[in-house]
Amino acid sequence: MSDAIIPHPAPPTHPIFGKLSIDAIPLHEPILVATFIGVAIGGIAVLALLTRYRLWGYLWKEWFTTVDHKRIGIMYMILGLIMFLRGFADAIMMRLQQVMAFGGSEGYLNAHHYDQVFTAHGVIMIFFVAMPFITGLMNYIVPLQIGARDVSFPFLNNFSFWMTSAGAALTMISLFVGEYAQTGWLAYPPLSGIAYSPNVGVDYYIWGLQIAGVGTTLSGINLIVTILKLRAPGMGLMKMPVFTWTSLCSNILIVASFPILTATLALLSLDRYAGTNFFTNDLGGSPMMYVNLIWIWGHPEVYILILPLFGVFSEVTSTFAGKRLFGYTSMVYATVCITILSYIVWLHHFFTMGSGASVNSFFGITTMVISIPTGAKLFNWLFTMYRGRIRYELPMMWTIAFMLTFVIGGMTGVLLAVPPADFVLHNSLFLIAHFHNVIIGGVLFGLFAAINYWWPKAFGFKLDVFWGKISFWCWVVGFWVAFTPLYILGLMGVTRRMRVFDDPSLQIWFAIAGVGALIIAAGIGAMLVQFAVSIWRRKELREESGDPWDGRTLEWATSSPPPDYNFAFTPVIHDLDAWYDMKKRGHQRPVGGYRDIHMPSNTGAGIILSGICLVLGFALVWHIWWLVAASFVAVVAGAIVHTFNYKRDFDIPAATVAAVEDARSRQLAAGA
Amino acid sequence: MSAKTLTADEAVQFYDLDEHAHPEGHSTMLGFWIYLMSDCLIFAILFACYAVLGGSYAAGPAPKDLFDLKLIALNTAMLLFSSITYGFAVLQMQQGKVKGVQIWLAITGLFGLAFLGIELYEFHHLIEIGATPQRSAFLSAFFTLVGTHGLHVTFGIIWLVTLMVQLSKHGLIAANKRRVMCLSMFWHFLDVVWIGVFTFVYLMGVLR
Amino acid sequence: MPADLPRFSARMRLLPLLAATPLLSGCGMVVLDPAGDVARQQGDLIILSTVLMLLIIVPVMALTIFFAWKYRASNRDATYKPDWDHSTQLELVIWSAPLLIIICLGAVTWVATHLLDPYRPLARTGPGKPVAAEVKPLDVQVVALDWKWLFIYPEQGVATVNELAVPVDRPLRFRISSSSVMNSFYVPALAGQIYAMPGMETKLHGVFDKTGEFTGFSANYSGWGFSNMRFGVKSLPAGEFDQWVAATRASAEGDLSRNAYLKLETPSQKEPVRRFVANDPQLFDAVVNMCVEPGKMCMHDMMSLDAAGGAGIAGIGNVRQVTYDKFAARGTVDAARWSMRYVAAYCSAPVMSNDRPDAKPVSPEKLKGEGLPLPNKPERTALNAPAATRPLS
Repeated sequence: MSDAIIPHPAPPTHPIFGKLSIDAIPLHEPILVATFIGVAIGGIAVLALLTRYRLWGYLWKEWFTTVDHKRIGIMYMILGLIMFLRGFADAIMMRLQQVMAFGGSEGYLNAHHYDQVFTAHGVIMIFFVAMPFITGLMNYIVPLQIGARDVSFPFLNNFSFWMTSAGAALTMISLFVGEYAQTGWLAYPPLSGIAYSPNVGVDYYIWGLQIAGVGTTLSGINLIVTILKLRAPGMGLMKMPVFTWTSLCSNILIVASFPILTATLALLSLDRYAGTNFFTNDLGGSPMMYVNLIWIWGHPEVYILILPLFGVFSEVTSTFAGKRLFGYTSMVYATVCITILSYIVWLHHFFTMGSGASVNSFFGITTMVISIPTGAKLFNWLFTMYRGRIRYELPMMWTIAFMLTFVIGGMTGVLLAVPPADFVLHNSLFLIAHFHNVIIGGVLFGLFAAINYWWPKAFGFKLDVFWGKISFWCWVVGFWVAFTPLYILGLMGVTRRMRVFDDPSLQIWFAIAGVGALIIAAGIGAMLVQFAVSIWRRKELREESGDPWDGRTLEWATSSPPPDYNFAFTPVIHDLDAWYDMKKRGHQRPVGGYRDIHMPSNTGAGIILSGICLVLGFALVWHIWWLVAASFVAVVAGAIVHTFNYKRDFDIPAATVAAVEDARSRQLAAGA
Repeated sequence: MSAKTLTADEAVQFYDLDEHAHPEGHSTMLGFWIYLMSDCLIFAILFACYAVLGGSYAAGPAPKDLFDLKLIALNTAMLLFSSITYGFAVLQMQQGKVKGVQIWLAITGLFGLAFLGIELYEFHHLIEIGATPQRSAFLSAFFTLVGTHGLHVTFGIIWLVTLMVQLSKHGLIAANKRRVMCLSMFWHFLDVVWIGVFTFVYLMGVLR
Repeated sequence: MPADLPRFSARMRLLPLLAATPLLSGCGMVVLDPAGDVARQQGDLIILSTVLMLLIIVPVMALTIFFAWKYRASNRDATYKPDWDHSTQLELVIWSAPLLIIICLGAVTWVATHLLDPYRPLARTGPGKPVAAEVKPLDVQVVALDWKWLFIYPEQGVATVNELAVPVDRPLRFRISSSSVMNSFYVPALAGQIYAMPGMETKLHGVFDKTGEFTGFSANYSGWGFSNMRFGVKSLPAGEFDQWVAATRASAEGDLSRNAYLKLETPSQKEPVRRFVANDPQLFDAVVNMCVEPGKMCMHDMMSLDAAGGAGIAGIGNVRQVTYDKFAARGTVDAARWSMRYVAAYCSAPVMSNDRPDAKPVSPEKLKGEGLPLPNKPERTALNAPAATRPLS
């Protein structure tokens, strides 16, 4: 009986290929083979088209090596979108399996495959979808909102992006070479230890996250310094737009929590590679310590994801209500409160570990306390709408949907924070429904609001409204159809990560959830169509004023898309809603007296170093020690060589600035 | 909007027409300081692990069986001296003496190497008698904490050598001065961490 | 305040809003309609907390929709105040309203967490049914194995795999551990879950107040066989439980010796119900101390050695390689040579029990105020409280 569950024994280590052998290619999995063929054909087609239209040089010069925060932001968004499609494919596979596997049926996925799917779904959605999306958003918007020309460390920005991509790439490689972890997205030991997960899956997990984690931490440092140091004159901290405030707090959380993840995963990898005993059962190790450490990172991570979107909702509500944001100060304090409180709630993820009633109730109550500033935020949006004049453009629709969806997610969250209630709902599908309720209802809806809101800024044309509305309704309806059954199943005592079921009365709920997932799929499809249609009709949808929504913050003060240098003259801020203030008081756009503008130069160091890190990660996964040594030396040497490059910037001549700005003047005159 | 407010607002300036570029690298120190804090957090986790696991000897050796305080005192002295000599290098830099900076950096590097040498000797000794990182959770936490610090010192020395080459090529230009200051923060930071290691791991381990 | 809340909740349950609850439980919501007193209190707490939060959630949602509709751009009749952005009174309200709810919920949380602490022995088997001082709970030792559950009944001297039978209305005391990785022991009809962790012991108290057949399972993913790590739970009348014990003993496949346990421990899935005679009173303690294997040092011995300062340099070499492949079915053979080591025992000392005495039971009625005499009705106690105050029980 037990033989059937072994996918393949751990291969012996070869001096050249390490643990890598032909058996590592999952040729016995028809689903993977078909996927691979699809990806290969698609990949070859893309490569051929790039070559056919001679786009390689353009891509390399203008995008891959760019240090422009706007282009890096867009690349982050593209990375997030691609990984989102992968993560969603995993979700559909799980839904299908759970609908099928009833009454003795094993479904269509064996345990080895299914367990990888749910692990990969969680990891990808958090680390390679949500994180790139919010990082991309902050990258694009924050410098514009504070009137800066770029971030503080433009090269690091490029490097961070490519490290995140390298982590994503390593995770994707695991699909076709070897396997991914079968541990759940946080890889609790001892299950993730070498004794119980001897194959390479957990190693892919560790190195994918470690490489991406370097990028995330550096990008966090970069944005903090940018916000603290590069604000336009006059913009005191309490005159910063709310999105910038929430980004600042989110990045502080990144810098103050990702090192914990790095250290924890490093200890897990020492256990796996060097035989240490941090999290082992025997010889003094403590698996419970891992659970504590990973959640000390994990809970702030939740707020890293949601905080910037709280900022987005604030900007959107204020803009489309045509009104100043209600309670700016309390909004800022609420954000800071959440930032601090997010560090003292981690234990609510494992009340059931037996910490004792007093510890459990302490962490339960601190968790509930977070709902106070969050509730205050919600009221602030509400009273921003009050006595406003609300225009229902797509971003505002997403915001209303968020407010109605997120409160339910918040409520079930507080419910789970009551320890005795958690004892019956922990690890159940109720929990799954709860966190999808806040992540989809909060993070994703916020991202969609942000994409619809800032797309015209990034590309100079609006997104198509018709397809946008179809996508909106599919998403909102699909979400509730997909996750209400999960709430109910949770109350029926159904636990998460199950592959087969024996109670036939559950099947109908899984079927409904599956339909919901299909409606969401339609929403994703409609969104892709929306992008395509908008690009196709970009001439009709063109937006020349640079300020399509009657915006209030500085990013709307420049052209769409903004020039490389963002602002020919740095704006001076007198009011929280700086651009609104400038419009109201009839500012004059300067049309002469340009100067040279100092800008950072592009560099290929980021993509090259990250590429070597990808090789290093792959070699570590497969125990190819000579390649580990070679690529490690190459990374260090490459970094040193890069430090010998002292000429990292250039001047945009005043004449060029004048040409760009004159074109802009003509455009504005034509529009008026 | 009344005509009155318009005239009042005419004096308000909305663009900085006479701006000067931010001096190059003006935020590097802040960025590097934040990086050090994130690094500090990694050490905090390793300290926390040591605090939790430091008593799990798995019926093996305890700190008092393994640590030689005299050796560690010597080791600590090496690192503390290196911090002082780094300080001299910075003083020389402020006087614009590139030669003096080079000499003091070299001395700092030698002290660093001496520190690493003693640490490696200690590790070698422990592993030779069988007190390997695999023997117990205490030893895992010990080797990881001290080893991570040692790795940082190693990278500090690589950086130091790189910087000396860059100083000899370009002299005390602004970029190099900034790098000297960054490495200075890094080096003193490692010193502070070591004082924690020395106190919590060695002193309290042996005297407990 | 806390003393009032449960009574408040009792009234809330009568609200028509909650009339939907039994409807929902009709479709098998075992969490809200369980067969045990502990789980029922936990389910009631879910409802109470939800109602408390709906007090603020419903107005917020209603206001959202109302404002969204009223202040739409096309409604030119609505007031438009583009520069209105502050109101101290409103700000006070929006911070204090959630704060008040959280103060109430926090008080409920503190009390309920302590009363329903899984480590606390039961003071009652149901509302108005206190446990007499001389009643000893039934001890069941639970071990999560790869991928099946072992239940040892020390009093009865029997053990089963994947079947848990218990007498109804008798407090149950589970001592829970695991042999390899983390699992979670969960019988939704009985009481909330608690993790089962290797080398550690967790505890759970619960009681069935209805007979019947239920399901239990692992609620924490533990590897490939996790989905089938389920077991049947029978809540039997006392007499039938004794018959079940006798039948189990009669149909036992053998004695659950240490060797039999080690064989059972190797990974397998979809195990049928298996029955054993359990004569070794120390087996469970040996499992918790991870020293079922002969010659392996028990954790409590290791810990007392460590507390005394370790075993010195001499202790370094006292490590043995596991001679058989414990992890074979996980495909470990070559990769995990480090994890296949253990510290050898110095001598064959008896296994010390990790079983600590329980805390004192606390009657929830007292804390809720129901057991305290009212000023004008001194005779009213939990025992003879009018049933009308507890409509669902």
